[in-house]
This record gives sequence, structure tokens and C-alpha cells, in this order.
Amino acid sequence: MRNTIALPAPLAQFPWRVVIPLAMLVLFGAMVLYSAAGGSLSPYASSHLVRFAVTLVMALIMSYVPIEWARMGAIPAYLATLVLLMAVEAVGALGGGSQRWLNIGPLVLQPSEFMKPGIVLILAAFFHALPVGMIRTWRALLVPLGIMLFPMALVLLQPDLGTALAIGFGGVVVMFLAGIPQKWFIGAGVAGMVAIPLAVMFVLKDYQRQRVLTFLDPESDPLGTGYHITQSKIAIGSGGIFGKGFGNGSQSQLDYLPEPHTDFVFATMAEEWGLIGGLFVLLIFGIVLRWGLSVARDAKDRFSRLLAGGLTATIFFYVAINLLMVMGFAPVVGIPLPFMSHGGSSMLTNMLCIGGLMMVERHNRRMGSSNGFS
Amino acid sequence: MDRHITSNQLKDVFDRRSFVIGAVQGGIGLLLAARMGYIAVAENEKYTLESESNRVNLSLIPPRRGWILDRNGSPLASNRADFRVDIIPERVHDAQKTVDLLSELLDFTAIEKADLLHRVEEGRGFSAVPVASGLEFDKFAAVSVRLPELPGVIPQRGFSRYYPTGPSVGHLLGYVGAPSREEYETDPEPLLLTPGFKMGKDGLEQQFETTLRGVPGARRVEVTAGGRIVRDLDTREDVQGDPIRLTIDGPLQDYAARRLGLESGSVVVIDCLTGDILAMASMPSFDPNSFSDGIGRVEYSMLAENDRVPLRNKTLKGLYPPGSTVKPMVAMAFLEAGLSPDAAVGCSGGLRVGNRVFHCWKRGGHGHVDMAKGIYQSCDVYFYHFAQQLGMDVIAEMARRCGLGQEFPLPVVSQFYGTVPDPAWKMEKYGQPWQPYDTVNATIGQGYMLFNPLQLAIMSARLATGKVIMPRLVLDGTTPQFGSMNFHGDHVQVIQQAMSDVVNGPGTAGRARLPIDDVLLAGKTGTAQVVGLNLSNGKSGPWKYRDHGLFISFAPFNNPRYACAVVIEHGGGSGAAYPVARDVMTFLFDPQKALDALHGFEAEWGGTAQERLDRDYAAYASAAGVDLPPAPAPMTLARQVDAEARAAVAEPQQADTGAIRPREDATPVATTPPTFGTGVAAT
Repeated sequence: MRNTIALPAPLAQFPWRVVIPLAMLVLFGAMVLYSAAGGSLSPYASSHLVRFAVTLVMALIMSYVPIEWARMGAIPAYLATLVLLMAVEAVGALGGGSQRWLNIGPLVLQPSEFMKPGIVLILAAFFHALPVGMIRTWRALLVPLGIMLFPMALVLLQPDLGTALAIGFGGVVVMFLAGIPQKWFIGAGVAGMVAIPLAVMFVLKDYQRQRVLTFLDPESDPLGTGYHITQSKIAIGSGGIFGKGFGNGSQSQLDYLPEPHTDFVFATMAEEWGLIGGLFVLLIFGIVLRWGLSVARDAKDRFSRLLAGGLTATIFFYVAINLLMVMGFAPVVGIPLPFMSHGGSSMLTNMLCIGGLMMVERHNRRMGSSNGFS
Repeated sequence: MDRHITSNQLKDVFDRRSFVIGAVQGGIGLLLAARMGYIAVAENEKYTLESESNRVNLSLIPPRRGWILDRNGSPLASNRADFRVDIIPERVHDAQKTVDLLSELLDFTAIEKADLLHRVEEGRGFSAVPVASGLEFDKFAAVSVRLPELPGVIPQRGFSRYYPTGPSVGHLLGYVGAPSREEYETDPEPLLLTPGFKMGKDGLEQQFETTLRGVPGARRVEVTAGGRIVRDLDTREDVQGDPIRLTIDGPLQDYAARRLGLESGSVVVIDCLTGDILAMASMPSFDPNSFSDGIGRVEYSMLAENDRVPLRNKTLKGLYPPGSTVKPMVAMAFLEAGLSPDAAVGCSGGLRVGNRVFHCWKRGGHGHVDMAKGIYQSCDVYFYHFAQQLGMDVIAEMARRCGLGQEFPLPVVSQFYGTVPDPAWKMEKYGQPWQPYDTVNATIGQGYMLFNPLQLAIMSARLATGKVIMPRLVLDGTTPQFGSMNFHGDHVQVIQQAMSDVVNGPGTAGRARLPIDDVLLAGKTGTAQVVGLNLSNGKSGPWKYRDHGLFISFAPFNNPRYACAVVIEHGGGSGAAYPVARDVMTFLFDPQKALDALHGFEAEWGGTAQERLDRDYAAYASAAGVDLPPAPAPMTLARQVDAEARAAVAEPQQADTGAIRPREDATPVATTPPTFGTGVAAT
């Protein structure tokens, strides 16, 4: 492709299509974090940039990993993550409270984060290995469901609804793309319509249920749980078309907006940059996700296709839920906005997905050139 | 359905489905863009407003209160710029700790500290509680720098009410204080919750609250969600309340109050041309300046225990038997009923009616007594005799015409109107017919008759001028025109002359003569017996049993300009009252001469009223310690004082069974002087 421009091979093969938009988004995010810290690089903006740099290097290294290694490593990686999840539960139980982290020396590991790309990886490998003819059998449904539900249950126990949903979403998208019969999805959809209200009433923890109820009517409790959504809408709405100007966001600067640097970073941004800034962020996400789907479509084998599609869906899930939440379309579930929110886990997970996509893209190119496409 | 699926078919499914996913993603992207556009553009105005109301905090600046001026425009109540400290109890984390630290910084005594803690705990969750005002800058600064440790404490520059003459105007003007919960509930304005705002709690301060209040200023500040002020945005100045201008003559009011000295009593002075109340003093009193930050428990206990009831405004709520001061009025009733002023009786020290003898105060008798002599010698027999002839009804009617037993349209919290007894009244009240001795008692102002000092002053003014003088307290730029009392012929002059003779002629109060050559005072003495002769001689013994001393007067006698009534509670007799009236009247014509006299007295008494009050307070505080009950809130206190005043003047449950035996002295005076101080120990 584009061999009219003669670039040196390493440069030509460098994934500019994704790194440039991502870098723009991360830089923009750093500016917002700089403002949210009251006009200071520390503590948010500088570490945000450092994390991006480190995880970008990690992603680029990942892109050189042969795709077969990834396929073969899927089951050990899944099992290892599962063990870590159980270890989290065990440590939490021993410590007398729930937690999401494992402290291993100086490292703080959040195993549920690895499970998001992990579930995509193992399901892609499963469907790759599944004989073509069996795609319409129960095995194509039940085995992936089992693979998904086990870690989801562990994560729900932590309790972390947002991550459990992200795992579920990634898995379901891979199953969908793998081609299991449409009627099962329709059936699951109907079952879901019935089950969700029941789940809300009987399964969710009190604070989770409260969040859902508040989401349905945020003004009912403007100073309690509805406070987050109300203040977020005020921030976005008062920004108008061009925003209040860099560093002038009263909602974030004066602490009215909760979590202005993590979950509600988009509202912080929108207050100061307005609709223009919002459209810019949506556009960049659009470019990145479109790149992800095009990588999936260009993939030459089933594993690569499903892996790329699933990873794109995982990033999409983060973006969509976070933005729906800050705009008052989804309950507050505590999911950060990829590449903008301050936070190491989120950056790591999303860059793992990006790295996986880069790996598939490099694989596509190699296959393409070896197959003589251009 | 095709059971043989190929790898290519799955690739097709993938392409189709990835297209669906792409479409869903694009759709959600568009939805988000549209949603954001809606919030940020269509609803921008609403959210901008909400963001501003988050960011901007409007805090009210209490308005400067309107001044209360005397008739000459000098302030009776003004405002002093000062440094003050308030507490908002709702924001206090640890009341005890906060009060401890504040007390240390402000050098509070243990009692002040206990008062403050009580108020903070009472006021919890409500408006600001005043801690201190009129602070020196050093103390103010000491509190200001410790603010991080004192959440809820608000030091600010402001204005506090200042009464230059303190206790002299306490009853007249009332005082101000922080609004109570009840007041906020009836008038739920945000201003009432503003730290430093004070409203009128009693007297004219309460009556003219709406005029005096003014319009609050406002300060717009940017605040964080936690309430920390980031910066000032803008400030709107307050609008000071309108002043009210009283008919009171400030120096005269102060003089009258101070002249009462150690006595418990009241002075009312009225301008006979306009009805203006020039002075209305009731002593002992309280210092309204010290009430505005809340009434301290020591101060309250000291005032509440005092049997001279410093919290009662005696000019309006003290009811007294008028004694012989009603005689000019009774004489006028006789004249109007057709009695000739020359009609005379022989007084032999008593009058037999039926089988009973009613005594004159002069047991030896006055001999030949006509109306003038009946008044200036205060001959009881003269009045007994003609009252039996003319009947009680003419006396009662004249009493009402002269303002006795009447309420006047004055802007005061309450006034007691007393009793003008007549046969119909007695039948209704006690179910018993009017007896000759009831008439006898009434002619000498005893028995059921009860009037307040203001009514006595009005009676004096109406008799002196023959006009229906109506009192007023507020100057409104008009000169009132009064109708005539329709007294016939020279009846007014007869009374004027007889009352002048009381002072300037062969009367009972020669020492009441004004020390001014060309102004002659006319007056009438009165001694009101509190208990029978068998219990006390009225002049010594327990203070409570001593006679009330009364004196009504006007001057100049033949062209009356000022009328005055003085009542000294348990002063031992009229001899305690007329010197006060003389000096107060002197002040109107020659202030320096009157002041010289007062300074002599005050040297003897131990200082001015304010000085004595301060000294008593210090003595009481050191004796009392902290174990005192906290003071009630101003509204409760006002109700309590009112109820006590009503109980004090309650009419007897049983009808009188006989006549009063008058004292054998027309102008008795206490044989032992009143106790120094405000009289805590006088029982």
C-alpha cells in the first residue's frame, strides 16, 4: 500500500495511523489534566504523559511479537490471570475486606484489567481452533460463555461492575463476530430485557442499585448520588460551543465536579473547550476505532480478525460507557475515558489493546506482502 | 439451513457483522455528538445559570440601622463601626473546643464563656450567634489568624447599635438582638440569618423595625464546593434604614432618668402645646448597649432579682393609686357639675357619713375650706363632703375625660390602662353595690383607682390647658390642633391658681417652687398608701410597705407649656416625688442650674446611673459565680416581664370594706434614705 512514497521500511511500517491521533488525544488529555490540577503538571499531567510513553513503547514491542505466539499464549495467559483474580479474592478475604489490587513488591497489579484483552484473546483462539462446521452447535455457545462467566463472577465479587461488563462485552462481541447464530443473540436480548430489572432489584449491591435508580432520575437526589451526573451535565452544558477557556472551568476548578481528572475528565474538558473540544475527542476516537475495525477486516486469518475486532470493541466499550455516563445517558459505573483519564490501569489496558491491534496490523502487512498483495 | 459452512462463509459473516458493529459504533458516536450539542447549545443557558449559582455565593451585608433621633436631631440610638465576631453553630464541628479557644483569645470570664456555650448549643442549626462586638483590633486580629482552627466563626467589620445615654433610654427605645427562630419563622427573610444582623427586640426599636431596618447590601464571592471563598466578585452597598425622630428631648430624658437616682420610679414630661412626650423615664433600668449581643446570665439574674424591677417600663406598665393628685381633677368635676368655687365646708379633722367617720389627713382639721384651700391644703373633708353631694358618676366621667384609665395611640409595645371605678364597674366586678366609703376613697385617689404615670401627666396637661391634649412620641412635621375640653367659664384658671398655690402659696409643697424667678410651677402632691396604717407608717420599715410618692405639675402656671408627672414607688410619700419634678422642670427652663443640683446628688449617690449599674454588675458578678441559670431569649423575657407587671397591678379579689385612713402628713418622705445601688438588698 502507498508505495508511491518511498519511506525507509521501519518508518513506513511504523503505525502512524494510530500513533498520531493517539498522541494528539493524550496530549489534549494532558492539557485538561494540567488545568484540572489547578494549572500544574503534577500530579496528573506529567504522569499521564510518562505512562503513555512507557505503554506506547510496550505496545510497539508487542507489535513485533509473532501472532502465533499470541495465539499459543492465550490459554496460559487466561489461566494465569484467573489465578491472579482468585488470589485477589483470597487476599481480600484474609484482609477482611474486598480489594482489586495485588501488591507484589513495588508493583501494584490489577488482574481484572488484564482480563479485558485476555478474554478477547482466549475467545479468538477458541473460535480459531473450533472446526468451522461446529459454529452453529451448542459448544460454540456454551464453552465461550463458561470462559467468560468465570472471570466475570470473580470480578463482580470484588465488586467491580464496570470491569465485569467490559469483560462480558468484549466476549460477546467476539462471539458475534465469530458467527454464532443470530437467533441466540436475539434470544439473549429478550432474556436480558427480563433479567436486567430482576438483577437490578435482587443481585446488585445497594450502592450499585442506587446508582441505577439515580441514573433514571438524577434530579431526585441532586446532592447525593445524582450529584455526579448533575454536576457533569452542568459542566458540559455551561461550556457552550467554545468553552470557558483554558483554566477557566469553574465546575472543575472549584471542586463542584467530582473526579474531574478520572471518570469525569470529559466534563472537565468540555467545560473549558466546549462543543468544539468534544467533537475533536469524538473524532479522534472515531479515527482510532475505525483504524481498529479496518485492521480487523484486513486480517488474513480468523484468529487475527476476531482478536482485532474484540480489542476494538473493548476500547469502544470504555469510550461509549464513559461518555454516555458523563452526558447522563448511563448510570455512574466508574469507567474512565481511555487516553484522557488519569490512571495507570486504564492506560495499560487500552494500550494493551492498541498493542494487540498493532500486532495484527504488522501481521496483516507481512501476510499481505508475502502473499503478493499491494 | 445450510449445514455445510465454509471458512469463506464465516469470513462473510464476519464482514457483515463487523460492519454492523462499525455502524453501531458510528451511531453511538453520532448520538453522543448530538447529545453533547443539545446540552452545550440548546440547554447552554440553563446550565450556565446553574454553573454560576454553584460558583457564586451571595452573602448579605447587614444594613446599617436607621438612627433614632431626639426632637433636636441628636441621636438617642446610633451605630458604631466596630469589629465583631459571630458564630454559625451549624458549621461548628466541636462547640466546646471552639468556645474554649474563642474565650481564651477574647479573654472571656467563666460566665461569659458559659453564656456563649449555651447560645451556641441553643442556636444549633440556625442563624448566627453573636460572640462579641466592639472588639479592639488586637483581639479581632487574634481571632482572625486562628480561623483555620475555628470553623463556623466569622470575624467581620460591621456596625453595632450604640445608645449614648444607655440606661436612660432603655425602656423607651428597647434594644436590638439577633433574630430568634420564632422571628425567622414569621418573617423568613435570608437577612435574618445573616451574621451580624440585629433586629429590634423591645420598645421603639421593635415598633419601628420596618422603618429602621434598611436594605441589606450584598457581596458576591466565588466559592468552592466546600464553601471556601476564592475571591470577591462585587459588592453592593447597603441602604441605611430611615431614621425616626422622636418628640423626646434627649438631654431632658437623660436628666430625668438620672434625677430619679436611687429611687424606683418614673417621670413623664409633656409639651402642653403639641402633646409631645418630652421625657418618659423609668428607673432603675438596664443598659440596652449590653443587651445587643445577647443578655448575659449575670446581668439577667441581677435584673430579675432586683425588687425594683429594672426590666419593667413603669411609665406605661406601672399602675399606682394616684392619691391626692386626683383632687384637682375631682375639683374640676365639681365645678363642671355646678359647684361654686366659693362653696365651703368646715373641716374638723373628719366627716361623719351615716354612722361612720372619715378622717382628714390633718387630724386637727382645716377649719373653713373652700375649693382653692381644699386643693392647696389637700383637705380630704372638703372632697368627702361634696363628693357625697354630687356623686361618684361626675368624678368618674371627668376622670375618663382627663385621660385616666385610657389607652393612647402611641407606638409602644403595650400600655396598661388602669381602672376608673364607678358604681356600674363595681357591680360588674364584685357584684356589690357602691358604698359611700368607695366615693370617699376615690376622692383621695385610693381604693380601686389605678393609673399609670403617663395618664397622670396627660391629666395634668388637660387640666392645665383645658384642651384635649393627646400624647405623641414621633415627630412627623405637623403641629397637632387639640379640641377644647369645654370647661366652663374660668374653671381652668381656678384650678391653675389653686395648683399654683400648692407650690407658691400657702400649700403643701412649698419646697417644689422653681429656683427661677419668673416661672411659677403649679402642682399637686399625692401619697398613695400601699398597706394600712396598722402595718406600716408608710415612711420607714420594709421598702415594699412604704407609700408611693406622686406629684403632678405644670409650668408656667398661668400659661402652661410643660406638664409633668412623677411617681416614686415606695418613696415614703409625695415628699419623695416633688423634688424630682421641681428639678426636671427647672431643667426645661435653666438646664445648668438643674445639672448643678444633679451633680451634687450624684456625688452623694455614687455616680451616674450608668456608673452605678456597671459597679453593681461587677459586684454581683464576682459574688454570683457561674452557677446561674442562663437568660431567657428576648421574646420570652418580654412576655415574662409583662406577666409579672400584670400580676403586680392585679386588682384585689375582694371588694374594699372600708375607707382608707390617710397619713397625718400631706407630703411625707421616707425617714431612711433609699439604699445605695440599684437596690438588690432592699428587702
